[in-house]
Amino acid sequence: MDIGFLAQYLMNGLMLGMIYALVAVGFTLFFGVLDVIKFSHGDVLTVGAFAGLATFLGLEAAGISHPAIQILIVVIVSIVLIAALGAVIARTIVLPIRSAPPLNTLLITLMLGTVLREAVRLFYPQGANPQPFPALLPTNSLTLGNFNLRLDNVIMLVAGVAVIVGTQLLLNRTKLGLAIRAVAQDEETARTMGVNFTLIVLITFALGSGLAAFAGLMNGLYYNEINFGMGLLLGAIGFSSAIVGGLGNIYGAILGGFLFAGLQTIGAVALPFASAYKDVFAFGVIIAIMAWRPTGLIQEKISERV
Amino acid sequence: MNSGEKQTPATLWPALAGTALTIVYVILLLKVESQTEVIGLLVVGALAILATSWSGHLARAGQALTHHESILHLLVIFGALVIIGFFREDHFTLLLLTTVMLYVLATLGLNLQFGYAGVLNFAGASFFGIGGYTAAVLGAHTPVPDLLIILAGGVMAALIGSILLLPVLRTRGHYAAVVTIAFALLFKVFLEVNDILGGPQGLQVPGMEMFGWKFNNNIEIGALELSFYVNYLIVILLVLIAAFALVRRLERSWVGLNLDALRLDETAATCFGLNIVRWKVTAFLLGNFLIGIAGALSGMVIGFVAPTSFTFADSLILVSIVLLGGIGNVWGLVLATAIVVIIPEKLQAIQEYRFLLYAAMVMLMLLFRPEGLLPRPVRHYFPGWRPK
Repeated sequence: MDIGFLAQYLMNGLMLGMIYALVAVGFTLFFGVLDVIKFSHGDVLTVGAFAGLATFLGLEAAGISHPAIQILIVVIVSIVLIAALGAVIARTIVLPIRSAPPLNTLLITLMLGTVLREAVRLFYPQGANPQPFPALLPTNSLTLGNFNLRLDNVIMLVAGVAVIVGTQLLLNRTKLGLAIRAVAQDEETARTMGVNFTLIVLITFALGSGLAAFAGLMNGLYYNEINFGMGLLLGAIGFSSAIVGGLGNIYGAILGGFLFAGLQTIGAVALPFASAYKDVFAFGVIIAIMAWRPTGLIQEKISERV
Repeated sequence: MNSGEKQTPATLWPALAGTALTIVYVILLLKVESQTEVIGLLVVGALAILATSWSGHLARAGQALTHHESILHLLVIFGALVIIGFFREDHFTLLLLTTVMLYVLATLGLNLQFGYAGVLNFAGASFFGIGGYTAAVLGAHTPVPDLLIILAGGVMAALIGSILLLPVLRTRGHYAAVVTIAFALLFKVFLEVNDILGGPQGLQVPGMEMFGWKFNNNIEIGALELSFYVNYLIVILLVLIAAFALVRRLERSWVGLNLDALRLDETAATCFGLNIVRWKVTAFLLGNFLIGIAGALSGMVIGFVAPTSFTFADSLILVSIVLLGGIGNVWGLVLATAIVVIIPEKLQAIQEYRFLLYAAMVMLMLLFRPEGLLPRPVRHYFPGWRPK
């Protein structure tokens, strides 16, 4: 196997891993503060990508065509809108049912995902068809043999790392992060220490949804196409990643995201006769890992009170 | 339900009248075409249910029927036959009825799994698909008789499901959900890329043939002509009755009690000496068996199977039927399936918006009536006995 091909696969794997990790971090944050799985997360991501696209079209119509300004505004508008959407979802749907059985929570958020997905399909102009996503980043590329290093991919990768490191710093070094971790650890004690529980939950959901919007934009920029159904698979992959890594643990989510992308890449490289089976392989390994480590690779600490 | 009522055996007349009205209502609903009439009928139906439940007639009829369960069963079978007989020539309506029945059969399996034993399964449509593909492959390439093919569909679903047993048994809660979700996604991708199983186009399934009787021919008895779907409907009805009786009997028996104990509190159940693994395995495999049978029948009725019919979204519809009906209640399944399958099909005006409305409806349901349309009642073992 040519080294250039391997580098190409590695680059693709890293890009996918970054997107998955961003989604998985959202799942794990929500689970941390409320012990619920918000399955509409993938579709929130779709809405984020479409919001970005709409903003771009709006900017074009308004005559603003400087690429740097465009990308900046697209990213900011999309993240802010989706963060707000995340907070609204948390307030109106997730908080009221947090004590319901897990199956109900799972199903209600899955249905919310369906509502979002269908809303994009029905109410975005031509939403049922895949939409071309503009290449907002410089597309210069460096070619080394079979390896084609694109500048936009490098920028996205660096931005992704920056966002993940930023989230990490926010959680570990700031007072807000402290509050989020306190709520995740023990809600009641956090309340008695003067943490505004509802506010922290809303902020966490806004943060996680903002990450999803960022992942959605990355996904759009990477594939140059978005469609209304992309969130279902991305959400399921992000969820699997968060679970495989170990719920409630941000490192686990990142590990899980890159692991999944790695499995897909290995599936594509190692099964040359059947690279179409890469997803089958990746999900199969995920199921096997669940059998081996039932509470994830970085295990969640569970002590059952009887 | 006041205490004075307890002594008098509930009279059956309101229940009989209610059944007759329900049959007429369902026939009307299936018969009308114009959108205003459909909406009008739905409104009338909703109002009727509200009015009768407010006046207490609904509760009384329900009570009478729970006291005379065998009569309830006969009434439902009679109702199904009347409806099939009424639409004997109408292919489309009959196909709709088969869909309803097959979904009930599949959700009976799901109900065993997470309604009773608490084992999550988000891959219902995948096991349904395994049944369908088994029917396609066996029907086209082997001379296996069709009755055995139907059974084989169920056995295959249970066998392939048993691959998942180890992760399903070891994981709990959200971690268990991911196992079946991953399987559902894996299964669809696998079907799409696998050329032997027809890839995205899927496979043809040969029609059913039993004792030399070809099911895909219309029936002619003298001047009476019946749609060929009637053949399938009768077989499906028989299978459904058998499955329903099985699930009902299991629920009433010590097996059902064990499953309930295991769902409610695994630790306590273990303390009382229940073998958790054994009962989880039983529920999971038996549930998949029923789903697989439904899938095999469905493949034969429709005539082809394709990956797009067995997506994760379809699995979600199956799960939401169980929750909508009232988790653990077999009658709730019938009601919920009828609502989920028939209404979107009849309301062509909302065709485009049906998934949106459907999802919104399930959300509202879960927010405001989380126990489902017909919550599961407490078992009653002796006629006339009611929980205090």
